[in-house]
Amino acid sequence: MIRPADCLVLGAGPAGTEAALAAAEAGLDVVLIDEQADAGGQGWRAPLSGLTMPRKGADAEAGDGLRARLAASGVDRRLGRRVWSVGGAFRLDAVGPDGAEAYEAPRLVAATGAHERVVPFPGWTLPGVIGLAGATVLLKAQAVLPGRRVVVAGAGPLLFAVAAGIIAKGGEVAAIVDMDGRLAWARRLPGLARRLDLLKEGLGWTWSILGARVPFLAGHGVRCAAGRSEVEAVIVGPVDADGAPIAGPERRFACDALAVGHGLVPGGEVPKILRAAHLYDRLRGGFIPELDPYGRTTIENLYACGDGTGIRGARPSAVAGRLAGLAAAHDAGRLDATAFTALAEPTLQALADYRPFADTVAGAMALKPAQVAAITPATVVCRCEDVSRAEIDAAVDAGAGDINQMKHFTRCGMGPCQGRMCGDVAAELVAQRRGVTRETVGYWTQRVPLRPVPFDTMIGSFDYADIPIPPPAPL
Amino acid sequence: MSQAPIYDLGVIGGGVVGSTLALLAQRGGLSTALLDRGPLCREASGVNAGTLTLQMTRVALIPHAMRAHAMWASARDWLGHDVGVVVCDGLSLAFTEREAALLEERAGKRRAAGAPITIISRDEALRVEPGISDRTLMAGHCVVDGYANAYLTGQAFRAALVDAGVAVMENRGVSGLDRTDNGFVARTAQGPVSFRRVVLAGGVWIEPMMAWLGVHLPIKVLVNQLSVTERIRPVMRTVVGIASGLLSLKQYPHGTVVIGGGWQGIGDRERGGVELVPERLVGNIRLACHAIPELAGARLARAWAGLEAETADALPAAGPIPGIPDAYVCGSIHSGYTSGPSIARSLADVILGREPDLPLFPIDRLMKAAPP
Ligand SMILES: Cc1cc2nc3c(=O)[nH]c(=O)nc-3n(C[C@H](O)[C@@H](O)[C@H](O)COP(=O)(O)OP(=O)(O)OC[C@H]3O[C@@H](n4cnc5c(N)ncnc54)[C@H](O)[C@@H]3O)c2cc1C
Ligand SMILES: Cc1cc2nc3c(=O)[nH]c(=O)nc-3n(C[C@H](O)[C@H](O)[C@H](O)COP(=O)(O)OP(=O)(O)OC[C@H]3O[C@@H](n4cnc5c(N)ncnc54)[C@H](O)[C@@H]3O)c2cc1C
Repeated sequence: MIRPADCLVLGAGPAGTEAALAAAEAGLDVVLIDEQADAGGQGWRAPLSGLTMPRKGADAEAGDGLRARLAASGVDRRLGRRVWSVGGAFRLDAVGPDGAEAYEAPRLVAATGAHERVVPFPGWTLPGVIGLAGATVLLKAQAVLPGRRVVVAGAGPLLFAVAAGIIAKGGEVAAIVDMDGRLAWARRLPGLARRLDLLKEGLGWTWSILGARVPFLAGHGVRCAAGRSEVEAVIVGPVDADGAPIAGPERRFACDALAVGHGLVPGGEVPKILRAAHLYDRLRGGFIPELDPYGRTTIENLYACGDGTGIRGARPSAVAGRLAGLAAAHDAGRLDATAFTALAEPTLQALADYRPFADTVAGAMALKPAQVAAITPATVVCRCEDVSRAEIDAAVDAGAGDINQMKHFTRCGMGPCQGRMCGDVAAELVAQRRGVTRETVGYWTQRVPLRPVPFDTMIGSFDYADIPIPPPAPL
Repeated sequence: MSQAPIYDLGVIGGGVVGSTLALLAQRGGLSTALLDRGPLCREASGVNAGTLTLQMTRVALIPHAMRAHAMWASARDWLGHDVGVVVCDGLSLAFTEREAALLEERAGKRRAAGAPITIISRDEALRVEPGISDRTLMAGHCVVDGYANAYLTGQAFRAALVDAGVAVMENRGVSGLDRTDNGFVARTAQGPVSFRRVVLAGGVWIEPMMAWLGVHLPIKVLVNQLSVTERIRPVMRTVVGIASGLLSLKQYPHGTVVIGGGWQGIGDRERGGVELVPERLVGNIRLACHAIPELAGARLARAWAGLEAETADALPAAGPIPGIPDAYVCGSIHSGYTSGPSIARSLADVILGREPDLPLFPIDRLMKAAPP
């Protein structure tokens, strides 16, 4: 059975939820779908039911506010549903607690968020090594510590959020290892100061980190994670402003976990599958759909918003989501030009106000090419298929000129994560080896399923006689 | 300014057909240029299911399929790369009385054409392949079966072609073909390429290619859906299909299972295989799980669609282009990944002035019968 609607919104993070609310307030029949049990997405994730968190952060409060407004709205919430197929104009197929489901509407808002980037180093595939963003999920949703003694390393604001989160939950942070030097942060201060509320949150993290007297190494990166069957220590050393390792004393921190991440990459699976036009934007984290100021893609009636369209952070994503919802309602004829302008103008302004902040956040999380260039040949880049940098280089030398051809040559990106984890770094490696732009190298051809789906739920129960087997080919 | 070379042969379209042709022609002594608008073997020849089976092959193609099967099995020797080929048994299953009748009829005709297919009972089939459903009534059994890793095709051919001295021109789309006094000139954005003889090996794009020469050859576009599971523990060891041909299944050594059978998605020649039809994906996977019940525990990792060419009578277009001396067409071969290398070999023989061991499929028949 197909549930028809006026507008489908995929992803109930800050962006998708605001889009759904705006469209529903304008009178559209909106279905909001997410695989999580509750709205809030990655940034404003709700704790698992039954968990009480020791202390509420600003993110949790923002999330609670959003969830309350959603609960009071007319949006049809379909949570706990994993969408695996998107097609037509527009249909979503999902699997959920009640099995297979399908939704159809003439409008679709894609708000599927971002995913984590980890620039590989020797030992990054050891058990006990976890992504920074993944660590926020553990801390927020499950109130679980990644380990008893954790090294927190990488780049961007999540570094401090995770360190502060571990300390708040009574864990020990062995060291914070920030690729950026103190100078980089000093330069960012003006951008951050444009949002005093958020700067305050950052200062709060800094304060708790200072209070815990955690060793803080600015301008350092992870050289390797060491351990026999799981991580036992992390060796770090100095890096230059571009992220390249430089000579200098190395330090070793014993630990049972390493939380490490080097920013986020926009997911954007839906606009890619539907073949909207994309462009490469290093600051925004990778290939992003071409959008008008309101979030309209180059495909009619397909909208996109949030970190899946370029890294900006949760609050700007929420504002962009509202714009996309308003645009969908306007295009559906539910908001006339006057009403649309009245609602959209201040929202556009709010988004513009966030820009210096958003750019600063994105800048701290953007890929550092010199860091990629320094990956050693034996280091595994695609962990699903166990493909090393040397194998990628060899494929390029054997004539693989773009990311998809490289994949065919090596199986890099063919595993269960479908290249989400390694794609950005692998493409950068191909571009650097060939000396060409990222545009030339391109991005993975996006296909269904959006996420792996179990066959048994997908196919349900059936009679053989009811399978619509087409007529046989000629003999 | 140095004179641009005039190649003895130009092959337009670098799928498995064009690549084999170019390789054999160059090795036979012709200076050959191979042009593709993308990288080699990234259309049908790089995205297909890789099944090398006789049980889905058209009767008229059985001799080619058998010769090509041997070529694939010895790819390391003549191509220099094994393309991941695994030779194994194949089963075509029947679950209903109707399918059993279909199976007997189809297996009989293929056997008459030389395919070593026998009909075996459910119990015998379970001994050949313990992974199949016990709801199987009977099976066609063939010892000449197997599969390749299609995505390795381009890598394998590219190295061999470069090694043989073929002028490999990837990312070089041809937009038109002009006839000159001493052959043909292909128009490309990067400049013209000249050759004395030409083969159009453009898969589903043979139709627009033929139009460059003013010839109308209608080619239907099939949009075949395929899917692959995550790596799972071994659940099967043979190639498994069903009597109607709407299923092809095998598990690769690294553990993934590829599910095909020609269920149709959405797409066309201009845009490629743009969209999968979820109901048909589900139907195909239901069939697969019915045949190999253990598969139901797997997860879908990826699904895609590729374009396969079909002529009006579903037999290949392979031979000289009537009325245009020194121009040939080669393609539209049903289960063409299997048979393609053999048919390309016959055409290479003709171009090299040798008598081919196996026949071509001249297109005169299609041009006369061309629908309005
Ligand atoms: C793992 C992770 C952790 C993060 N943690 C933080 C943090 O602690 N603080 C912070 O400020 N920022 C965090 N971020 C950054 C994040 O991108 C925020 O900026 C913000 O959440 C972006 O909002 P969004 O609505 O664009 O996307 P998201 O919040 O990511 O929301 C996207 C939603 O789409 C859903 N979805 C995607 N695909 C499907 C599908 N196929 N089927 C069903 N549902 C689907 C996801 O479940 C998710 O809920 C994190 C990012 C990641 C990837
Ligand atoms: C999904 C799918 C599954 C299949 N499964 C099997 C199977 O299991 N077993 C089997 O035996 N067969 C299978 N087939 C069929 C088989 O893949 C094809 O018959 C075979 O690959 C066709 O090869 P080709 O060289 O004729 O065409 P293609 O591989 O399509 O090559 C044509 C080439 O022409 C190029 N081209 C097009 N236009 C131009 C231009 N203007 N200028 C330059 N170059 C151009 C294209 O880029 C392309 O590389 C399958 C097909 C599909 C689509």
